[in-house]
Amino acid sequence: MRFPDLARCLSAALWLTNLAGPLVALELEDQRLYPGTGDTVVKVISTGDLDVFEPFILQFQAENPTIGIDYSVTSSAELHTAITQGGVFDVAMSSAMDLQFQLANDGAAQAYSSPVTESLPTWARWRNQVFAFTAEPAVAVISQDLFAGLERPKTRQELIALLRQNPDAFENKIGTYDVQTSGLGYLFATQEARNSDTFWRLSELMGRRGTELYCCSGQMIDEVASGRLALAYNVLGSYAAERIARDDRLEILDLQDYATVMLRTALIPATATETEAAGLFLDRLLQEGMRENSTVWALPPLSAAETPEARAYGPIRLGPALLVYLDRLNRDAFLRAWRDAMVQQ
Amino acid sequence: MSNAVAGPFWWRSIGQRLTILLAGIAAVLAILSWWMVTSFAREAAERTQDNVLVASATSIAEALRSEQGTILLELPYSAFAMLDAIGEDRVFYRVAANGETLTGYDDLIPPNTPERPGEVAVRTIDFRGDQVRTVTVRRTVLAGQQPVPVLVTVAQTRTGVEAIGSGLSQTAAGLSVALFVFAVGLGAFAAGNALKPLNSFAQAVTRRGPADLRPLRRKVPDELSPLLVALNRLMDRLGQSIRRSEEFIAEAAHRVRTPLATVRAQAELALHTVEKDTEKQMLRRIIRAVDESSRSASQLLDHATVSFRADALAQEQIDLADLAARVTSGLQPTAEMKDIALELDAKGPAFVLGDAILLESALRNVLDNSVKYSPAETEITVTLDRADPSNWRLVVRDQGRGFSADSLPDLTTRFKRGSNVAQVVGSGLGLTIAEEVLDAHGGRIELTNPKNGAGACVSLILPAA
Repeated sequence: MRFPDLARCLSAALWLTNLAGPLVALELEDQRLYPGTGDTVVKVISTGDLDVFEPFILQFQAENPTIGIDYSVTSSAELHTAITQGGVFDVAMSSAMDLQFQLANDGAAQAYSSPVTESLPTWARWRNQVFAFTAEPAVAVISQDLFAGLERPKTRQELIALLRQNPDAFENKIGTYDVQTSGLGYLFATQEARNSDTFWRLSELMGRRGTELYCCSGQMIDEVASGRLALAYNVLGSYAAERIARDDRLEILDLQDYATVMLRTALIPATATETEAAGLFLDRLLQEGMRENSTVWALPPLSAAETPEARAYGPIRLGPALLVYLDRLNRDAFLRAWRDAMVQQ
Repeated sequence: MSNAVAGPFWWRSIGQRLTILLAGIAAVLAILSWWMVTSFAREAAERTQDNVLVASATSIAEALRSEQGTILLELPYSAFAMLDAIGEDRVFYRVAANGETLTGYDDLIPPNTPERPGEVAVRTIDFRGDQVRTVTVRRTVLAGQQPVPVLVTVAQTRTGVEAIGSGLSQTAAGLSVALFVFAVGLGAFAAGNALKPLNSFAQAVTRRGPADLRPLRRKVPDELSPLLVALNRLMDRLGQSIRRSEEFIAEAAHRVRTPLATVRAQAELALHTVEKDTEKQMLRRIIRAVDESSRSASQLLDHATVSFRADALAQEQIDLADLAARVTSGLQPTAEMKDIALELDAKGPAFVLGDAILLESALRNVLDNSVKYSPAETEITVTLDRADPSNWRLVVRDQGRGFSADSLPDLTTRFKRGSNVAQVVGSGLGLTIAEEVLDAHGGRIELTNPKNGAGACVSLILPAA
């Protein structure tokens, strides 16, 4: 699996009950030290897999040979917990923008500004504490084989019609995030529910057809590629595009009504000790994110948020509204409604 | 001089004082307006934030409901989205039923709570290292049969409000500085404008000739009229005092001249009766001394007459040719006594406007000087011609010793005599009288030593009528 960062899923209850809990040992998925020629070591905690970010780190070190990088990979919930409980890190990068926002809102991030952060679009930064460096849409991925002979839907409305008219073709052949365990899936689902009422109709229909629930985009893409699934809904676009480039059994549905675009964000925790080097690292990260075609990673640029579909609703806004779905009561209510729609026995 | 106008240099001029005072007032007003705009802007921004917070808390309170005895809440998305409007501010909230946190930040305890439903409690407190504005609303929810009071608190940091406030404050500061600069410009203009009458008044006084003691007739602002009246009174008194002393001199000269004439007549009679040469010489010396005294007295009288008559100059038409002829013939006997030929070359008419007595006295004094300082058996010429199209010129030229070059500029000063005439008796008044007369007539006197030949040359230049 190439992008295991989304595989790190923790139960929602764990997120919030953990906040006030005792300092628990950090569960790391991966860790590597890239020593520099000097004493400075920037401790980076990230949800991004080393496969993806190693070229970037090496490039950064080529430009700043004195700075060493200690790169730890963990889940977004673990990252959030670690920072809240005072873990000492210099940079925190995460795909869970709501949790990142909450960290900054609760005072766990420190402000940083430089010419590079100033050049970011205003929607891509908050209080000079949270900075977006990629914009990644959620897409629907289909299997070429299982979709043979079927017309490609152009909107979610048409997708609903297609699912209705072809019950057999899709019976137990749809996959989506288990929003109860996946932070990213939850973010996508709540934002889509807010944007359009088709979400609930689609969820209900998907539930009726028997939908498999997954923790991560990678798994879903694997299943579509193998023909186990006909449709995977709300998959990270960057993962799908990267996979399609080397696997022609897959296809991305071109849904033109809207696209939910999430921002991958970075911040400098309040506990950071190497703030100067962390600033350099962050600047370099943002520069890479603003570059139209990056040579060091396969992540989409920030400008992906400017496509017509993404513009219809904009990227998910970095603002206090992100706290709404993190609220315990809201979360319970949403999950209840989602379970009612999706998990039909 | 007294130190009535002491102080730093910029305080010595009324204009600068006015400008500085107006600038000071403008500065005070500019600072005041900046402060007012800033505080209003801040208050407006704070009030806006309060309103948004109240709207947010109210919409959360509205979303409260109960189901089978439990209080349920689904935070409305808009309740938090609207908090984005002010700026990038941290947001905290707490919903508490019966003092128990339903959801939100446990430690966000509102400092004051509304007593009744519908009331709003607003307060600024410190929370998690930042100053936050808290708004608490109260709603009673019926849980089963029990009415439960629920407090909804929404808090937000004030970064956005401060940013708006300081942005507006900066704009206001810029405007205030512009206002100040503009006001100073206007102040300088106003000060200059207000002082214009004073300056023109001062210039009118300055422009006057040294002997011009006529009262000033001008329209002046009310504030200046006491000064004008006082000045006119002073000049009037001064004029009277000068006139009195001139009159006194004239009277004195007149009184001296008459007995002198008697003495001279007696001396001449005696000259014819004595026979001894030593006695004759003694008597001649007496006659010469008496002549000199008489001449000086005449000149003093002339001078007094000039001063007196020049104040209210007559404007009659005078033919300079006639006048020159009269004066020349009047001095003919004196000249003949010294064997001096007086030649007149004046063809009339050459009209000027003025006082005939004064002009005669001027020419007579000049001619008298020439006769006095010319050696015997020389010639004095009086010529009349045009100096330029608008001026006549009477030139008196002799073959005497001329003027000494170093004293030329001073010769028309009262009682000042040339440096080369020490051995000749004289008063030094002749040229002074001539110059004062010409000045009064708008003309001038020119003293030169002609290049061709010896002697002095005096030109009296008068504007043609």
